Amino acid sequence: MNWYDFVLRNRGEVIARTAEHIGLVATSMAIALIIGLPLGVALVRRRAVQRWVFGVANVVQTIPSLALFGFLIPVPLIGGVGASTAIVALALYALLPILRNTCTGIEEVDAAVIESARGMGMTPQQVLWQVELPLAAPVLLAGIRLATAISIGITTIAAAIGAGGLGVFIFRGVAMVNNQVILAGAIPAALLAVLADLGLGAVQRRVAAK
Amino acid sequence: MTYRLPSGAALVSGLTLSVAQGETLVLLGRSGSGKTTTLKLINRLLEPSEGEIFISGRTAAEWDPIQLRRGIGYVIQETGLFPHWSVEKNVALVPQLDRWPDDRIRARVKEMLELVGLPPAEFASRRPSELSGGQRQRVGVARALAADPPILLMDEPFGALDPVTRSELQREFRALASRLGKSIVFVTHDVREALFLGTRIALLAAGRLVGEYAPEEFLHSAETEARAFAASYHLWRDDQEAR
Repeated sequence: MNWYDFVLRNRGEVIARTAEHIGLVATSMAIALIIGLPLGVALVRRRAVQRWVFGVANVVQTIPSLALFGFLIPVPLIGGVGASTAIVALALYALLPILRNTCTGIEEVDAAVIESARGMGMTPQQVLWQVELPLAAPVLLAGIRLATAISIGITTIAAAIGAGGLGVFIFRGVAMVNNQVILAGAIPAALLAVLADLGLGAVQRRVAAK
Repeated sequence: MTYRLPSGAALVSGLTLSVAQGETLVLLGRSGSGKTTTLKLINRLLEPSEGEIFISGRTAAEWDPIQLRRGIGYVIQETGLFPHWSVEKNVALVPQLDRWPDDRIRARVKEMLELVGLPPAEFASRRPSELSGGQRQRVGVARALAADPPILLMDEPFGALDPVTRSELQREFRALASRLGKSIVFVTHDVREALFLGTRIALLAAGRLVGEYAPEEFLHSAETEARAFAASYHLWRDDQEAR
């Protein structure tokens, strides 16, 4: 039996798992953005604090994902077996690229542009929303793009703690020593990653062209 | 007024200057003499450590810095045009911030672009990246004048231009300045530019005021720093005559 025969025969579950997968990625990315964007803006030109925050985020990034999922299970409130634990871990992984690119994206904006924006009487809010963020947008989007790609990959491992998603097929296939089942999870996940990357890449180019 | 860095080093010390309406005060000095710092103290991009600045009868500290800056045109060497905005939107910046009605803004932008010699039909929708250096500086001047501020601060606005474009813009700017009747503070290290544009020249050295001169008396000043600048001017003129 080919992997796509398996997919066809089980298309109901494949579609449901793909939807779960997208849901996990989207929710964790949304959380990472809600935390990462304002935090990244707040860290702009604060070198000392940056070192600490980036240091911690870097360490989180180095924890193997399976281990991080495991560590989070006993944590009260966010822990337990299931999607919520996975979302927290995924958001943690997505945080660093978003944080760092928001920060450096804004710091790389031409100092003369910011000086004249302030000198012409823009409020700090106006400088941020009308000048700094639009000009940092391509770098910022590159961070989001990277975070999304990482997130789609790591989400396959979230199945190990009962979060669902396409990883379910992969773990099932490994247990059954059945490559067709593994591929039924791996190929849709890879396709998702490619599609997300192409989509966000197109957005990034459009923003950069402005 | 005096401005010190947090480290205690004074960039400007004990400076007293005044600018009347219709006057172009040129701040002349070498790099690091405190010219740009002085300019930034006027629009409160920097706050003086000691002393006060009076603008239209009120101290700068009494003004809300945002309102103050919208009433002061600001042109810098790198122009600081917003690269993601069209020329039109750049020029419209301060009127937009002050919430002028749209049709008035459009009319004003047109007027300003014509004033600086950029036909609106051709230039309004361009991005700054699609302009030459001289055209960018023209847009910078148009943007600074758009909300008709009584005061204009210019920080080596023509410094990065090629000599031909520079003298062209200098000539146009002098005509513009005498027509508009603004209070202008103009920073430069170029003595020729100072003599050509200034109705008064304030010479700065190491953050202190060396002296204030009318352009015609500047070249005859006995002061060492003034003579250094005068010498560079004479050298240039002798060169011209020798050719």
